[in-house]
Amino acid sequence: MTMTLDKTVLDMTATELREVNTTLQAAAKAQANAAYEIINPRGSHAMACGLDGPLSVTIKGSTGYYCAGMNKEATVTVEGSAGPGVAENMMSGVVTIEGDASQYAGATGHGGLLNIKGNASSRCGISMKGIDIVVHGNIGHMSAFMAQKGNLVVLGDAGDALGDSLYEARLFVRGNVKSLGADCIEKEMRPEHIAILKELLEKAGADAKPEEFKRYGSARKLYNFNIDHADEY
Amino acid sequence: MCGIVGLFLKKDELRPQLGDLLTDMLITMTDRGPDSAGIAIYGDETDGMVKITVQSDTPAEAFADLDAAVCAAIDAPVTIKVVDTHAVLTLPESAVKPAIAALEDKGLRIMGSGASMEIYKETGLPKDVAARFGLRDMGGSHGIGHTRMATESAVTTMGAHPFSTADDQCLVHNGSLSNHNQMRRKLAKKGVFTRSENDTEVGAAYISSRIADGATLGEALEGTIEDLDGFFTFVTGTKNGFGVVRDPIACKPAVMAETEDYVAFASEYRAFADLPGIEAARVWEPEPATVYFWER
Repeated sequence: MTMTLDKTVLDMTATELREVNTTLQAAAKAQANAAYEIINPRGSHAMACGLDGPLSVTIKGSTGYYCAGMNKEATVTVEGSAGPGVAENMMSGVVTIEGDASQYAGATGHGGLLNIKGNASSRCGISMKGIDIVVHGNIGHMSAFMAQKGNLVVLGDAGDALGDSLYEARLFVRGNVKSLGADCIEKEMRPEHIAILKELLEKAGADAKPEEFKRYGSARKLYNFNIDHADEY
Repeated sequence: MCGIVGLFLKKDELRPQLGDLLTDMLITMTDRGPDSAGIAIYGDETDGMVKITVQSDTPAEAFADLDAAVCAAIDAPVTIKVVDTHAVLTLPESAVKPAIAALEDKGLRIMGSGASMEIYKETGLPKDVAARFGLRDMGGSHGIGHTRMATESAVTTMGAHPFSTADDQCLVHNGSLSNHNQMRRKLAKKGVFTRSENDTEVGAAYISSRIADGATLGEALEGTIEDLDGFFTFVTGTKNGFGVVRDPIACKPAVMAETEDYVAFASEYRAFADLPGIEAARVWEPEPATVYFWER
């Protein structure tokens, strides 16, 4: 028996971006868990953004700025690379990038999983607020800057100033960290962290063992003004 | 915000298509820079000869008998090709300096000079600028283009990119430099002068000055990271190739693509959508504070 999944194909050489997004947003609202495939995306901006409901969207190619922004419940897969601000302010659901992601991937994300199979560049997870981000490659400088909540998992290396001015997000890096940002320190990997990481790696289909990672977090020294450091300002 | 595009061909068979490919890339970047557009194209060259590209707002009068006038001034043969508001004068290498002086005396704006480089830039939408100059029909080995959304100086022809500050060298820029006035003064002390108020021209003059002092293109580009303050993604063209460098913060976007046939640069992936074989190209984002260059 052959199972076929009914899916609607939208071709962006024939369909305007606005129409594509209106169609996807209506389908998400309908709560029908429909499947869409977008062909010829040609690096368009703001593709599949603002989806508010269960929907499966596969984009066959690379996307421009702000793909899958504000995603809620939907599953968006980019079979290519994504431009700046992918899954920005994501609330829930799963966004998968088969290639690389440009700067500030997953910025300010509140929830859901952003799964980047390639590398992410600078400012990955900046100000993240509960999202889980798994990057199978490397991440660039200033990643997880002021990250508040959620988990950033990096199978490769991290660039300069990782976790600068970090709040309570957990950062797990398997490779080298070029430098840690202000108030970000290496922390003990306890059993509960191994458990969190194991689950995230499984969800992201990542071939790595939790024990290979180091955990970084906030030293919590910037939470309050320190009068003894007044001279340094 | 501005848009930058660049295309460096690895195979001579593609040379006739260079202008066509670059024009599509340039027009796609209109959203990033609708007020001016420009292109530097590295085309055919003749041994011992140099091309000087000039611009005039009144081309009919300015370019009439210009070749004869320059010929008389430098006492050497001159040929002229008029392209809308621009004219390309071809003359012996040894006569470049007096020729530029003669052209400036006539109130013409010098866009650039070199053995193979021609520069065309004007205010207006990229599609209109491209059509005026017939960019689609231009061939060559490599070229860089720019769509401008002005920040640091007025919307004028002289404020448009690319900027050329030495033979066959040019620069396009997305970003803004904050120490350009200081650098302009430093360069002036060395006898290096710019023609506009624009920050990018100072960046171009800095690179040319370093190369004139003996630096390689790579060393000159590395110098921008230390000596220029501000935001920049630079693409620089030379007779033999092109180079890319981004400032360490790297908030100005950049993406590159390479196949067996070409190396392409753009501010956004959208500009690559019509390039042949882009689906199979290696596509990556250039790292911050890292110099890339390709030369033949």
